[in-house]
Amino acid sequence: MIRLSIPLRQALARLSLPLMIAAAFGVMLLGKADTLLAERLRTHLSDALSPIYAALAEPMGAARSLVEEVRALATLREENALLREENERLRRWHAAALALESENEMLRRQLNFLPEPAPAFVTARVVADGGGTYARAVLLATGPQHPVRKGQVALDERGFVGRVTEVGSRSARVLLATDMNSRVPVTLETSRARAIMAGSNGARPRLAHWPEGVIPVEGERVVTSAEAGAFPAGLPVGIVRLSPQGAPEVELFARLDRLDAVRLFDYGLQGILPPESVARPEPRAGRR
Amino acid sequence: MALPPSRRPQGRPAPAPGVLRRIDDFARLAFPGVSTAFLMVLAAAPIGLPSPVFAATLPCVAFWSVFRPAAMMPPIVFLLGLLMDLLTLAPLGAGVLALLALHAVALRFRRFLVRQSFLAVWLAFCIAAFGAATLFWALHSLLSLRLPPLAPALHAALLACGLYPAIALVLTRVHEAMLQAENAP
Repeated sequence: MIRLSIPLRQALARLSLPLMIAAAFGVMLLGKADTLLAERLRTHLSDALSPIYAALAEPMGAARSLVEEVRALATLREENALLREENERLRRWHAAALALESENEMLRRQLNFLPEPAPAFVTARVVADGGGTYARAVLLATGPQHPVRKGQVALDERGFVGRVTEVGSRSARVLLATDMNSRVPVTLETSRARAIMAGSNGARPRLAHWPEGVIPVEGERVVTSAEAGAFPAGLPVGIVRLSPQGAPEVELFARLDRLDAVRLFDYGLQGILPPESVARPEPRAGRR
Repeated sequence: MALPPSRRPQGRPAPAPGVLRRIDDFARLAFPGVSTAFLMVLAAAPIGLPSPVFAATLPCVAFWSVFRPAAMMPPIVFLLGLLMDLLTLAPLGAGVLALLALHAVALRFRRFLVRQSFLAVWLAFCIAAFGAATLFWALHSLLSLRLPPLAPALHAALLACGLYPAIALVLTRVHEAMLQAENAP
């Protein structure tokens, strides 16, 4: 240690503050001149500090969860009231559904109603968007053991997606309802009016050919109709929305932009089958 | 390690202050800077709150500058300011200058402040904290050549004012303990 005389030391102590202020300006200039310097220093510092923060992560997580807990407790009361109200409403709906079900059962018994068989379905993974003849179509990967055939109806977990148009040995192509070539006979659920849902390559297919005297109302549910024997009746399709120009369109329930798996239902309908769009060579006789 | 053979001391040297004593002195000297740096690092931990580094640094620097300036020397303030700039992503030098200004003001008024009550010191600290925050903000805007919002700086100053009593309470205890230890032998 260097021994200094007391006056010199005092002078140094008095000088150190102005010196440090000058150094601060120097650091500012340095930071302006070399902007990467600060970044590098920060990186080194955070490298050095990261073990401390890693050690702190556990107690900090506990503290954070405690805060969350307290916050959740504070909102618990109103959430509870909300849930109770919703529960009440759902209970009413449940009662209504039970009553309707029993009434339906009774009416069916009286009418000798022919029950529909539960349709068989397979679920296939969507492997590619687009491609092929159509602008809005998806390719499905199907195994050779699955009996996929043309005209099967594709639904995702929310509603109608499209129809199988081409079938290969390991893949099938589904024409989506939004494609320009797609025409789907539909029923407007409240007015029971028939219409055609025509794709436009946009997100929402248009409604066309509804009967005179009926106007599609915003918010009305749209389901498929069994007209022409191509689709079974009553599959959920979407909701009527009016475009800015006032033309009725259908907002589909299905999320066609993020399909990852679709269910292919076989209703055994042979009404209108799509034409063979690609001439596929016949399998050789020897292979069979 | 081989000791140099020459320079054998003539006679017995005067008994040096004991090693423990020296370590003790050094610990007392280093405690303010090290504890402040540690608190800053803790305050910079990512807990999802707005970073309280600035607000946690100001009370420590101001307290030690007023009550123990021998331990809170300008070079230490400089290093703490550098650490603050690095921890808060501020342009280099802004925090250094703000802390040095706070330190200078505290030194200038320390003879007056030491004799005052806690409330008066707190009030003075609040004024100084707002001044430091404004200076920090001004330097920030000057160095980055754009106007950052003033509100976060004022929030930080308010937070510093609010943190001061808690920090000062602990530091006063430590300071008293240090005084006792210094006066004991």
